[in-house]
Amino acid sequence: MDDVKTPSSEERKSALSGLGTSRKRVEDARFTQGKGNYVDDIKLKGMLFGDFVRSPVAHAKIKKIDTSAALALPGVHAVLTAADLEPLGLHWMPTLAGDKQMVLADGKVLFQGQEVAFVVGDDRYAVADGVALVEVEYDELSVVTDPFKAEMENAPILREDIADQKEGAHGPRRHPNHIFTWESGDKEGTNKVLDEAEVVADEMVYYHRTHPCPLETCGCVASMDKVNGKLTVWGTFQAPHAVRTVASLISSIPEHNIRIISPDIGGGFGNKVGVYPGYVCAIVASIVTGVPIKWVEDRMDNLMATAFARDYWMHGKISATKDGKITGLWCHTTADHGAFDACADPTKFPAGFMNICTGSYDIPVAYLAVDGVYTNKAPGGVAYRCSFRVTEASYFIERMIEVLALKLGMDSAELRSKNFIKKEQFPYTSALGWEYDSGDYHKAWDKALEAVNYKKLREDQAKQLELFKSGKSRKLMGIGLSHFTEIVGAGPVKNCDILGLGMFDACEIRIHPTGSAIARLGTISQGQGHATTFAQILASEIGIPASDITLEEGDTDTAPYGLGTYGSRSTPVAGAATAMAGRKIRAKAQMIAAYLLEVHDDDLEWDVDRFVVKGAPEKFKTMKEIAFASYNQAIPGVEPGLEAVSYYDPPNMTYPNGAYICVMEIDVDTGVSEIKKVYALDDCGTRINPMIIEGQVHGGLTEALAISMGQEIAYDEQGNVMTGTLMDFFVPTAWETPNYETDFTETPSPHHPIGAKGVGESPNVGGVSAFSNAVHDAFKPFGLTQAHMPHDHWRVWKIAKDLGLHN
Amino acid sequence: MIPSAFSFYKPDNLQKAINLIADFGDEGRVIAGGHSLIPVMKQRLTDIKHLIDLSAINELKGIKIKGSSISIGAMTTQVELITNAELFKVAPVIREASLQIADPQVRNLGTIGGNVANGDPANDMPGLMQLLDATYTINGKNGVREIKAREFYEGAYFTAREDDEILVSISFNSPIGGYAYEKQKRKIGDYATAAAGVILSVDNGVCSSASIALTNLSDTPIYCSDAVSMLIGKQIDDSLLSEVTKSCVEQSDPVADQRGPVEFKKYVAGIVVNKALNRAFDRS
Ligand SMILES: Cc1cc2nc3c(=O)[nH]c(=O)nc-3n(C[C@H](O)[C@H](O)[C@H](O)COP(=O)(O)OP(=O)(O)OC[C@H]3O[C@@H](n4cnc5c(N)ncnc54)[C@H](O)[C@@H]3O)c2cc1C
Repeated sequence: MDDVKTPSSEERKSALSGLGTSRKRVEDARFTQGKGNYVDDIKLKGMLFGDFVRSPVAHAKIKKIDTSAALALPGVHAVLTAADLEPLGLHWMPTLAGDKQMVLADGKVLFQGQEVAFVVGDDRYAVADGVALVEVEYDELSVVTDPFKAEMENAPILREDIADQKEGAHGPRRHPNHIFTWESGDKEGTNKVLDEAEVVADEMVYYHRTHPCPLETCGCVASMDKVNGKLTVWGTFQAPHAVRTVASLISSIPEHNIRIISPDIGGGFGNKVGVYPGYVCAIVASIVTGVPIKWVEDRMDNLMATAFARDYWMHGKISATKDGKITGLWCHTTADHGAFDACADPTKFPAGFMNICTGSYDIPVAYLAVDGVYTNKAPGGVAYRCSFRVTEASYFIERMIEVLALKLGMDSAELRSKNFIKKEQFPYTSALGWEYDSGDYHKAWDKALEAVNYKKLREDQAKQLELFKSGKSRKLMGIGLSHFTEIVGAGPVKNCDILGLGMFDACEIRIHPTGSAIARLGTISQGQGHATTFAQILASEIGIPASDITLEEGDTDTAPYGLGTYGSRSTPVAGAATAMAGRKIRAKAQMIAAYLLEVHDDDLEWDVDRFVVKGAPEKFKTMKEIAFASYNQAIPGVEPGLEAVSYYDPPNMTYPNGAYICVMEIDVDTGVSEIKKVYALDDCGTRINPMIIEGQVHGGLTEALAISMGQEIAYDEQGNVMTGTLMDFFVPTAWETPNYETDFTETPSPHHPIGAKGVGESPNVGGVSAFSNAVHDAFKPFGLTQAHMPHDHWRVWKIAKDLGLHN
Repeated sequence: MIPSAFSFYKPDNLQKAINLIADFGDEGRVIAGGHSLIPVMKQRLTDIKHLIDLSAINELKGIKIKGSSISIGAMTTQVELITNAELFKVAPVIREASLQIADPQVRNLGTIGGNVANGDPANDMPGLMQLLDATYTINGKNGVREIKAREFYEGAYFTAREDDEILVSISFNSPIGGYAYEKQKRKIGDYATAAAGVILSVDNGVCSSASIALTNLSDTPIYCSDAVSMLIGKQIDDSLLSEVTKSCVEQSDPVADQRGPVEFKKYVAGIVVNKALNRAFDRS
């Protein structure tokens, strides 16, 4: 009998390596053997190189640019300045945030490192010599790096091009250095609640400027083929399709004649969402010279000039009853955007999803206002491993909870528990208008507290405090708590677009005659492991082993249109498209199977990798058989082939959440902190690949550790970047990275086809609060309420000093 | 980050190197491990026309130990200083200090000669050489001369070595007593926020000889002579050690940078000196 040999459903399921399998990353064989193909690996015939002359000063008029010495240098082919780009209308370009940005300095410079001229030459060496020979005369202007000073009456005017413009892309402007005011929620209602509240905590929380600093910096190779009029650009693009559309709009090259390719990308973290002057200059230079042009920035360029993250001054007020029931939340944020508003947010959200700042709590009324301000700093404001300002929002509320707990004299774990949105309240509409899809915060919180033995930790902490007070130790122990709710998977086209492009995503599947497949998506992996996980989604949907499915992304000539990878949107949006396309394949496969088995469609049921006739398990057709049949059978009413495409417009965001706890020991004399424990519980809904989730959590926690404990982009008052190399810009090595304990609960998203919510960014969002809260918690007994990050040695030392802990 | 063009020479003996550097004058520069020089060349903070690589000169390599006298060739790498078992026996403080320099990749190439010749106040070895009261042997077109490490450093990147001289070797006597090199830094691969080395011999609780030196707390390494005289001949106890620490801190003159303001660095100077004193005392 046939069915004796047939493996069981379970066996066949596990052979697929589908959902829930810790399948090894298929990308790693290539990366670990140095066989990746990054932008800088691309070498084309006749290719020239380009690099920038950058401004050494933060604010100045440009009196003169003399390119003659550079042009006279053998090996230098061209030097572009704003004057050369102006006739093409490319000396400025639109930003993703509705502002415009200089491609090359047009009469003035506004930040240190700004692109002034683009030198093109035979190789990097000739170009570097050429760059050194371009003479620029600067007439220095006064500099403002403090967003509060920028809005003062006598502040230097930065953007003279729009000084008199009273209306910006997001409403009225009240000062030449003011960009926008964005409001959300109920102002009057919130003020009223605050006025009448029993307890109000009021605090300024600063989330400092930092930088995503991917291992691979930004770059591109632009190649204009003058014979066929086709422009091909290989680049470090997190959103290749959007780049193609934008490139077409600003260059007037028809979109079908532009091909954007994102090859392997060595980390993005939001840094590679923006459109940079280097891309525009490389394209123009390729058009001018008729040969391919490569531009790849170095580490110092990357830190100094490409998109930073955060830099939010968040003033908050939170009110509660005496017994700790939160009644209202108010927040005013001053957002330092640097010289141009080049934030990468959905168009209608100039402060991203900052209005998720009510966090995991059931807060009846809230109000948020954000003022964007220009300063003499680099532009950017990208979502560094987070979904559009959700880290800022989450850090804000998690600090406010701590400050409120202090005021109430209440344990902050208990305060959180008392105010969490309850399981039965989902779907929950927040005071600032989001519909949280699902969650079980209490379950996660209780699990976390139990896992770390919270009560015992507090006892240990008290003992350590006694040792400190009695002079037996100079160390304090801090317990950092954090519960976060993310908002990812942007997003529903009804309210999410970038430059008018709806933020759906897509997947196209083609099943080959022998039953293997290729799937192409509108996203692009930068290390997340899409080729591994999306194949797993499909394996479970269509019954073809993950190892028989090729995943391709990043080539706009072949992949379906999508908005790219950032903001944890790949799984919630493109992952959903993948599942939906898989279901279309299955629907057609069912018709084919019915024809082959000579039964009605409805007489079949799906069983892992095959359609089986109901009640007759010996009669079935495997997906492999169906695939072949689709190529060789003339089935009446059914087109040949087995392909599907799905464009998925998500009905809602997804809301991953989690509970993180960090235990830290701090030496009050040296300011050195030692991480004793990091526990991270994530609820990202359905878990596609637990091993990849764990890897993502480790990576995100390490970035969170960096940000909270030392990583920053610092400027002095003259606008000089003080953290321009990896000596001063903190990127943890294995030595600084602690051990992580990961855990999970699983509350599937009710609206996502497979219930997945996204996880790549959660650990950065939740981690920063856990680390920072641990520092604050250590000094709580001595009256610390708020100390700004990063908590590097000297700043921690300063906390201790200001609290009188040094003698 | 591309340096300006230079020509490259790799002489295979010391005399050839001396001749080359004499010919080129201040347009020439020797390169050892390159881990201080190449970064400044890449940032075009220095313009060098002729680069003379010392790595093929065997006379400049190796560790020689004769009884209590130790001589280390300038081109000896930091990793050799760490792994040489004989050296550890006679001067264990060198391993303790070297392990706190940068990271393994840097130490595989970085040399003791480059480290002390560079004149960077952030480097650890100049401080270590103050501690050991080392003597530098220097050779140039005008012949060989010796100079004490404690007289070598004049200011940041300014030393008593002339541009056309090459550091050949470093010699010192095996230190006696307890030792410690204590360094606070922000992360692996970082220079010191503050660092201190101590050597201490104690007879019946009384200090018989001592040396103390500081790193990255002034524009040159510091030998703490006042503090040393406070120690010698005295009964060692906590209050003496804290007086000694105070004296060291007074001698420091750090500058503010991303590691922190002056006040913080002075405070940490006190901490590292005190820790080094105590550890050296425990080991004495
Ligand atoms: C990331 C990083 C972190 C670091 N951290 C530390 C640290 O924590 N502590 C520390 O001490 N060092 C640190 N260093 C510096 C490192 O130890 C260098 O290797 C060392 O300072 C210089 O040695 P070198 O052999 O590389 O010399 P090079 O870089 O080749 O030369 C340095 C200078 O000395 C001159 N020079 C070299 N040899 C001779 C000679 N024989 N005679 C005359 N002049 C000579 C050269 O002309 C040059 O001016 C770090 C370096 C890096 C890149």
